[in-house]
Amino acid sequence: MVVFDRPKSLVDVPLHYCPGCTHGIIHRLVAEVVDELGIEGKTIGIAPVGCSVMAYNYFTFDMVEAAHGRAPAVATGIKRSDPENVVFTYQGDGDLASIGMAETVHAATRNENITVIFVNNAIYGMTGGQMAPTSLPGQITQTSPYGRDVKQCGFPIRICELLSTLDGPEYLERVTVNNVKNVRNAKKAIKKAFQNQLDNKGFSLVEVVSTCPTNWGLTPDKAMKWLEDNMLPYYPLGVYKDRSAKKEEEA
Amino acid sequence: MAEKVLMKGNEAIAEAAILAGCRHYFGYPITPQTEIAAYMAKRMPKIGGTFLQAESEVAAINMVYGVAATGKRVMTSSSSPGISLKSEGLSYLAGCDLPAFVVNVERGGPGLGGIQPSQSDYFQATRGGGHGDYHMIVLAPASVQEMASLTIKGFDLADKYRITSMILADGTMGQMMEPVELSEVKTPDYDKSWAVTGTKMQREHNIINSLTLVPDELEKQNFARYEKYKIIEENEPMCEKFMTEDADIIVAAFGIAARVAKNAIVEARKQDIKVGMIRPITLWPFPKKDFFEAAKTAKHFISVELSMGQLIEDVELAIRCTRPVTLCNRVGGMIPSPAEVLDAIKKANEGGDK
Repeated sequence: MVVFDRPKSLVDVPLHYCPGCTHGIIHRLVAEVVDELGIEGKTIGIAPVGCSVMAYNYFTFDMVEAAHGRAPAVATGIKRSDPENVVFTYQGDGDLASIGMAETVHAATRNENITVIFVNNAIYGMTGGQMAPTSLPGQITQTSPYGRDVKQCGFPIRICELLSTLDGPEYLERVTVNNVKNVRNAKKAIKKAFQNQLDNKGFSLVEVVSTCPTNWGLTPDKAMKWLEDNMLPYYPLGVYKDRSAKKEEEA
Repeated sequence: MAEKVLMKGNEAIAEAAILAGCRHYFGYPITPQTEIAAYMAKRMPKIGGTFLQAESEVAAINMVYGVAATGKRVMTSSSSPGISLKSEGLSYLAGCDLPAFVVNVERGGPGLGGIQPSQSDYFQATRGGGHGDYHMIVLAPASVQEMASLTIKGFDLADKYRITSMILADGTMGQMMEPVELSEVKTPDYDKSWAVTGTKMQREHNIINSLTLVPDELEKQNFARYEKYKIIEENEPMCEKFMTEDADIIVAAFGIAARVAKNAIVEARKQDIKVGMIRPITLWPFPKKDFFEAAKTAKHFISVELSMGQLIEDVELAIRCTRPVTLCNRVGGMIPSPAEVLDAIKKANEGGDK
């Protein structure tokens, strides 16, 4: 009996991600959710610019590659064109929280009925480790070689908290994938973010606090420890908005 | 026969787009094209379409990219500074070979410029506008009727060649009112098997993408795209010829400049000056052959334009610099008067100015 297999929606090819990078886990969770909801045939994914730019090669459903930061706008077009289809974006922190901030905020405030998977690893991975809008104060990167100086370049942006000030979005949750329990929680959140779209509830974003061992200059296990010691205190896990749950509570 | 109605140029574009089957419009307010958005905002909800005011021109063109990826007809409109912002998306549309329809109702520049008519985005439009090797089909209407008919044509060419087609108009064309006849449009079936519509578990997944990291593959794609452009250059150039048969002098002009020039030519003919006009209707592909043929008999060319010498370069290239070409232009929102054009024609007739 097979108890653990490759999700059907995940293409059987080696991923290009570095050892210890959490993109692989998150891709798998998305594919598992698509399988479980039986929506492979009507799902359209949008890849960002960043490490996951080639995500279009890893999923069996239709994929579109967007310009840097524009995935929520592209998703808006695709969803408005075919509202019956399930549309999600998969974006990193530079893509979503820096160059694509306007697209992110406005898709959220319109409560666009799309799902956003936001992978936050506090660094630009693909271009070789530059400071991201989510890099921590003091964090050393290629473009903050003396550590992120908040007097010069300000503080990191907490996306879930920021978007939760808007009336628009349906669901915002921050999760991580540092251990089995949290991986299971992350999957639950991702599934909910897709189910919300199927239920026409609107904009659902799951932020996944992630690692980048290569550009953090750490081994995979030390990167996971760094995430726990530094990222999680700055980016607390939890649900930042769940309009439907709140309504039920009030009722 | 459909009845004639009085419409603004911008409104004629909007209604023609709807007749052509466009049900998705994304835009951002900018003068002097806002009537298109206003028209769409009224009409689209009533016919089950999408009107969405985007957060920026950048977002609007990427929404266009999204709908285009699903294979449906989609458009955006803007004016010069807004088109600069859309140029990123125009490049991606080209890189993915997606059909889309874009309107630029030009205003004076550079920078924020002014809000009065201009043709100074000619280079930007005919050379692609964004980064990378690519072209758009560029259509230049000279009447409200053409604003409508070239919109319908633009959608068809976009689908036929999987390319972006652009209406390059100016503020005058957008704002002026003329009678226009609109009738039902028959849209041919185009192959959309490449579109992202969901696999329905019945085909391999489709990928819309412009990233190709292997150099020789990217080169092949560029070569293939330019083979397509060659076919377009062969089949699609359009122009109007006015009194060119015996002309010693040929005026080149499009849009509002062509209408002014026409008045001047009629006046010059009264003074026995053999002058005519070639009005490019497609700015890309440029009607090179028509100009080249005309240069066999004509002795002098005049480029009448609302820019600092942009159209003139295509005229010189088309006639391979075999004849003198003089520039008659106003810019910044100014339009040459028929008298100014007549003056340029007279100078050319006397063999002056170059």
